[in-house]
Amino acid sequence: MNNLNVAKIQLNGDPYEINDGTNLNELLNKLKIQKNKVAIEVNGEIVEKNKYPNLILSKDDKVEIVKFIGGG
Amino acid sequence: MEEDKLLEDIFTIANKNFNSRLIVGTGKYKSFEETASAVKASGADIVTVAVRRVNILEKDRPLLMDYLDPKSITYLPNTAGCYSSEEALRTLRLAREMGGWRMVKLEVLGDKKTLYPNMIETIKSTEVLVKEGFDVMVYCTDDPIMTKKLEDVGACAIMPLGAPIGSGIGIQNKTNITLIKEQSSVPVIVDAGVGTASDATIAMELGCDGVLLNTAIAEATNPVLMAEAMKHAIIAGRKAFKAGRMKKRQYASASSPQKNLI
Repeated sequence: MNNLNVAKIQLNGDPYEINDGTNLNELLNKLKIQKNKVAIEVNGEIVEKNKYPNLILSKDDKVEIVKFIGGG
Repeated sequence: MEEDKLLEDIFTIANKNFNSRLIVGTGKYKSFEETASAVKASGADIVTVAVRRVNILEKDRPLLMDYLDPKSITYLPNTAGCYSSEEALRTLRLAREMGGWRMVKLEVLGDKKTLYPNMIETIKSTEVLVKEGFDVMVYCTDDPIMTKKLEDVGACAIMPLGAPIGSGIGIQNKTNITLIKEQSSVPVIVDAGVGTASDATIAMELGCDGVLLNTAIAEATNPVLMAEAMKHAIIAGRKAFKAGRMKKRQYASASSPQKNLI
């Protein structure tokens, strides 16, 4: 794969490489994350779950994936 | 039947009914297994949870949800660690997206050392969240003026601290907690400061509707046993409150009749 097909995004604060044209569903699959257990923000906007397949990520997008953890 | 009615004591928050008046946190446990066992032993119907980033590098790691099923226990997402209204709102909007959680615990902190709430930001955030359709249970100071303001902007439960979060020193200002309970028309839940079973009982004896605690169980030498103790402490305090305690006297009053002494 050459560099033209790769896009660098910010994922949970760190640089991360994805294939060009990757949508949120594909990103979750790659990360082995079940979508009903997380919430996602792209560039500060919360993305509803039914929009994951249509949201194609592009270069420099800031993606935050959060989950529930133990807390008081 | 009459007696059954008397014993029936449903706990209602934002039109939802719960059996247990104990709400437990899920932080500070050694493992998810221990968390699940302690929650079960506590009998709690509601657990608080925090929202954090997924660790991308650790694929396939178990999640809290794998141990505490959100379908069988009510998750109460919190905003622990948020120091501004913006951070708190962002966190709770994400929590809602995660699974439709509408009932949330708002805490906007003001100081790292005491973890005291910033009430200006807290009131501001409550107002916004209520407008967005959230049922907001609010961690707050034990100041009756502040809690009244929270109620005015639509908080569905007032949750004054008994003492600083994680301190375990028990309710420091019983007078204020009593004043807050007296004036509030929404549930009052003591949140933070409970260290052992008697602290939880005191909160309930003061007439509070519930208690929220975490560290007292998680940091006990035997968390599961302490969870069970807390369950009984809440029930004992609630029943004592409903029973109506005797009046205090300065001097003794003999329990055995004085008449017909031999």
